[in-house]
Amino acid sequence: MLHETSIAAVTIFATFVLGVIGLSFFLGRKGQSASGYYAAHGQIHWFVNGIAFAGDYLSAASFLGICGMIAFSGYDGFLYSIGFLAGWVVALFVIAEPIKALGKFTFADALDSRFNSRGIKLSVAISTLVVSVFYLIPQMVGAGSLIKPLLGLPHEAGVILVGVTVTLIVVTAGMVSTTWVQFIKGSLLVFFCGVLTVLILGRGLAVNAGREGSENLTPQIRTVRPDGTVLVDGQPQSRDHDLRPVGTIIRLPERFAGQESTGPLGPLAYLATLEDSTIVTWATKKHADSEGVHTTYTPVERPGTELLKPGGFFKGLASGNLPDRLDFVSLMLALFCGTASLPHILIRYYTVKDAAAARKSTVVGIAVIGVFYVLTLYLGLGAMTSGALDPTDTNMAAPLLAKTFNETLFAIISAIAFTTVLGTVSGLIMAGSGAVAHDLVENVCGVRMTDHEKIRCGKLAAVGLGMVAMVLGILFRNFNVSFLVGWAFNIAASANLPALVMLLFWPRTTRQGIVAAVTVGMLASLTWILLSADTFEKVYGLSRDLALTPFSQPALITIPLGFLTLVVVSLLTPAPASLRR
Amino acid sequence: MSESQQHHQSPGSPPASGLGLALFWVYVLLYIGFMGLVLVRPDLLSLRPFFGVNLAIVYGMGLIAAAFVLAVAYMVLRSGR
Repeated sequence: MLHETSIAAVTIFATFVLGVIGLSFFLGRKGQSASGYYAAHGQIHWFVNGIAFAGDYLSAASFLGICGMIAFSGYDGFLYSIGFLAGWVVALFVIAEPIKALGKFTFADALDSRFNSRGIKLSVAISTLVVSVFYLIPQMVGAGSLIKPLLGLPHEAGVILVGVTVTLIVVTAGMVSTTWVQFIKGSLLVFFCGVLTVLILGRGLAVNAGREGSENLTPQIRTVRPDGTVLVDGQPQSRDHDLRPVGTIIRLPERFAGQESTGPLGPLAYLATLEDSTIVTWATKKHADSEGVHTTYTPVERPGTELLKPGGFFKGLASGNLPDRLDFVSLMLALFCGTASLPHILIRYYTVKDAAAARKSTVVGIAVIGVFYVLTLYLGLGAMTSGALDPTDTNMAAPLLAKTFNETLFAIISAIAFTTVLGTVSGLIMAGSGAVAHDLVENVCGVRMTDHEKIRCGKLAAVGLGMVAMVLGILFRNFNVSFLVGWAFNIAASANLPALVMLLFWPRTTRQGIVAAVTVGMLASLTWILLSADTFEKVYGLSRDLALTPFSQPALITIPLGFLTLVVVSLLTPAPASLRR
Repeated sequence: MSESQQHHQSPGSPPASGLGLALFWVYVLLYIGFMGLVLVRPDLLSLRPFFGVNLAIVYGMGLIAAAFVLAVAYMVLRSGR
């Protein structure tokens, strides 16, 4: 769909972005040592760090991706919310305090704390880079999605804008500015999602989204011709002739018979009423011929009961197909195990002073993130019934929902979504630059650097990562961001969790075992993803039937494989010196 | 002695607390229970036990609330030790 640019939106957006950059330059004076650049001197207050955890974690996948998935597929998007939050339980109860005590700047520091092994530093640094890059892709895709309706610029412009802004943030002040950007973003995101939820409940549910006339139930066809021009129902796409927005209620429950709207509803009544309503969603079907690629959006009437139970996105839950069910279990396992294995989350434990502060900041993070995930359900369902969805873009549901209230709220929500991307991308680039400068250059290659040189090296690495992120954000533009983040969780959980857990709980763990587990977990999950049906279809453009793996999400196989590798290799190599004494 | 000092004195890996692990397993059971319902008895998730809201949503929100409750309990109990 084509979107009009509003001056208010551009102004609010520019204010947010310039404010964030200004803050970074202001805070840049505080990050003059390596400890300041990489770990904010370990002096961040636990409460600020807790909100920053939320700012770091609640990425484009959480905000744009989950809202979009709920709006397009119903309850299944909420399964991502549940899985994402559950991962924090692992982080708090198992990982937080030990990782704080073991590390200094990076995740590799913690895994290598007992062994001082170049092999561990190398393998963990590479896994950190791979996970960070896979996590960067959806953030950049989200930025590209946002920029189209907000500023009327192409996807590529959004990706480049984020890449340049974030590189500036990280290069100016490292972890200090990154923390405050994440703190501000986390606070604003949860507050304004709360505001939006109150507005959704206040508006209640309405037939045809409260508009005059009945919802048009005729299909729409979008054609992309070989020369790149776009047709809508056979005519060239323009602002006057565009796809109609979709997603409305066509029938309210019996108790509202004769009414077009329910009026304000409480949080529970909203869900119960929606379940008793009939909603018009749409089915998407693609086919290609000599005239181009045609996508047909066909309206489908569905009862609320069907949309508010599992099975809308994860088709195997409804069909009982075994590989599809295993795919779902594997994803939920990856989400549960992945959070505590994400390098950009783990390095935040080094920004507080001690284990108690690490624990308290995690609890604050869980509270804020938990509230946000509850809100995502209302945002997604509100978008599903708002009559404002762009059927071509799952990632724009939340901003377009805000637009149904007013342009200002649309601008604020879009700007916050953009800062959401900024906050998460800065954390990822920090983790990646630490892996390059501290782990690879200094510890693996043995390059001795002064404090000033360490910072310069980290900044150069940040610039390089920013450029890689921009290229990938353009290449993966057509993916749902939650889906892409699922890959990052799979790789993180497979590569990092077995080594981390066994290091903490099995004294017989050897350095060779850790290197092998990280390497095998990372390569196995990466290979699995590259050979999966989802990748064949969505990346290579080939048939799903050609895929070489039985299901797409690897964690169910590759996490146990990581544990098994570590145990076998550790048992085959000499026990650590501490056990031989 | 602060907790951080205690941790740094250990030559090996500082273990997670027993309390933390106990609460972790409580949550794992809740999570497995939810996954079991989704996979084995999805029909039960359509039941509407709480003000007309179905079990899928109630259990999902319950998992989010449980994470917070267990986290607060952990923080309070650890602080008291």
